[in-house]
Amino acid sequence: MNVSLFITCLCDIFSTNVGKDTVEILERVGCEVDFPELQTCCGQPAYNSGYVKESKEAMKQMMRAFKHSEYVVGPSGSCVGMLREYPEVFKGDVVWEEEAKALAEKSYELTQFLVDVLGIVDVGSTFKGKVTYHPSCHMTRILGVKDAPKALLNNIEGVKLIELPVAEDCCGFGGTFAVKNAAISEQMVSEKSQHVSETGAEYLVGGDMGCLFNIGGRMAREGKQVEVVHITEILNYQK
Amino acid sequence: MSVRIGNAPFDERVQHGIENDFMRKAVSSAQGRFRSQKQAAATELGNWEDWRTLGEEIRSHTLENIDYYLQQLSDEVSKRGGKVFFAQTAEEANTYIQHVIQEKDAKKIVKSKSMVTEEIGLNHALEEVGAEVVETDLGEWILQLDEDPPSHIVTPALHKDRGQIRKTFAEKKGYDKSDTPEELGLFAREQLRKDFLRADIGITGCNFAVAESGAVTLVTNEGNARLVTALPDTQITVMGMERLVPTWEDLEVMVSLLTRSAVGQKLTSYVTSITGTRLEDEVDGPEEFHLVILDNGRSKILGTEFQAALHCIRCASCINACPVYRHIGGHAYGSIYPGPIGAVLTPLLDGYDEHKELPYASSLCGACTEACPVKIPLHEMLIRHRQIIVEKEKKYPVAEKAMMKGYAKWASSPAAYKLSTKVARPSLKLWTKDETITNGPGPLKGWTNSRHFPAPSKKSFRAWYKEREKGAKSE
Repeated sequence: MNVSLFITCLCDIFSTNVGKDTVEILERVGCEVDFPELQTCCGQPAYNSGYVKESKEAMKQMMRAFKHSEYVVGPSGSCVGMLREYPEVFKGDVVWEEEAKALAEKSYELTQFLVDVLGIVDVGSTFKGKVTYHPSCHMTRILGVKDAPKALLNNIEGVKLIELPVAEDCCGFGGTFAVKNAAISEQMVSEKSQHVSETGAEYLVGGDMGCLFNIGGRMAREGKQVEVVHITEILNYQK
Repeated sequence: MSVRIGNAPFDERVQHGIENDFMRKAVSSAQGRFRSQKQAAATELGNWEDWRTLGEEIRSHTLENIDYYLQQLSDEVSKRGGKVFFAQTAEEANTYIQHVIQEKDAKKIVKSKSMVTEEIGLNHALEEVGAEVVETDLGEWILQLDEDPPSHIVTPALHKDRGQIRKTFAEKKGYDKSDTPEELGLFAREQLRKDFLRADIGITGCNFAVAESGAVTLVTNEGNARLVTALPDTQITVMGMERLVPTWEDLEVMVSLLTRSAVGQKLTSYVTSITGTRLEDEVDGPEEFHLVILDNGRSKILGTEFQAALHCIRCASCINACPVYRHIGGHAYGSIYPGPIGAVLTPLLDGYDEHKELPYASSLCGACTEACPVKIPLHEMLIRHRQIIVEKEKKYPVAEKAMMKGYAKWASSPAAYKLSTKVARPSLKLWTKDETITNGPGPLKGWTNSRHFPAPSKKSFRAWYKEREKGAKSE
């Protein structure tokens, strides 16, 4: 199966490891992976802030980049969720609407792709540890991916998955919200950090780098020892 | 008069909310309770998603044909002896009601809980013509005594605890007993009973009017709406023009969704439907019944991308699900309609000038949309508002606009983007220590005031990938 990696701009610049892990996981389960270099950002920072015109420039670039891909898979529920919104954004646009539909239909978040498309729930990770999982809002509510990440984690023998209290509440990231409404965002992430501590987990796992930077950044500021990791790092652990 | 409450700027209101520890504790525990009760009630009903779909269909059908159903409602109310007044504005509604008060020479008015009368500032208008108004919903009564606006549309005094309520009762009504709910409740009941018996006019809101019969339906837990509608000789009901359903069957669906979504109850203690004036063989009910149907900006929403906002049945489940409301409370929204639905409705009813921050007071987590029993795409509407604020109203910070223009250039140019993956790390070097930025420049500052920010990777992913590909080729 031919898969084009959608790295997301955050992982491209800040989290090379998440990209490496994603490539290796996909290859291990038998996919032929390529990385279209024309890709940039999904458009979400501008779109969600109301700058729709500006966001469309980014979106068009993404449609050009993945035009010939069979599947587009990325390690982010939020960014893939944005790709899936393209048909709505370009509704009625004679040039781009069909392209938007085509990209939306072939785009998947990594865990969703593994579980729902490939039917794989065991990726052969040997990770060991007490883990709690934060279900990012766009992953669960925009993309509808609720069970796949947990199914994958639960199938790792050494992982003890502890339920996160009030897990459904947003961590306060929200893209530009974290800066524009920093005071509110701070309260939200502090509560999330508190809930993570209550679990006693050694690792907080999530599927969206933005949320993880937010929670991890807060926990580090508070001097907490919990390690905040992207789910790909757990799924690709081989020792 | 408008939906606005308070004059403080948005940031100040937010800060005020954040610093109110008591309110925040009360809100988060109430949210926990409401959420789990709603979940249990929805599960018990079964097929919750199908019910939501049905609710959405009924609301959408009603709004698509609102002219027809309003006419039908008006005809049916008139047929049953009621008088119908269509008020275009809050002023028109208030003036009409003032006239009724003066005509009846009414001194005392009892009211059951109604957000729409808050919206038009009715109590103030009633006092203007010399009438004494008593709110009879317990929460509203507490707020009235305290001269405090509601902070939630279903449980208006959510931000107060019993200690505060005891103090209010003592200061305003000479209460001298404990702060147990039983004693507080009994005291309120004794006080309010006197008002019910002496009232000349009863004023209610309306959860749903049934077009086919002209019945006004009130959903309550305290029974006060029954007394308000049964004892005084004159009843005035004020409803937003969208608050109607075509048939009794539709009402059953909507009430099922409302009580479960609002408080996790299968049914509230009282669901009261009142049809017209007292008939000759009846012993209670009003001799005179006025139905005031209020537009106040609603018809402007019809036919726009925001029409579904009029589907709202005021259950507050979006408010109960909202993590932003959880931390800032209702008053921070500066509107009698707080939370996600408030952030959507308030600018529609009262313009963007005073409320341009509200659509941004959301992380767009979508909890509201997921919670809404009639599937209003609330978080998407917040994005539409933002788009209007930026593209039509042009109420954006200049620096933000410049940044977004830069963003568009960056994200549409693979070369510029690629360059940024190379220079990101060196350009942040000055602020980086141990792979962490703790005191970032420019817009990063908002972030790093309360959180660390990671330094860009030593090698971008695309650089790593390129090397890997080269390695593979040379092998």
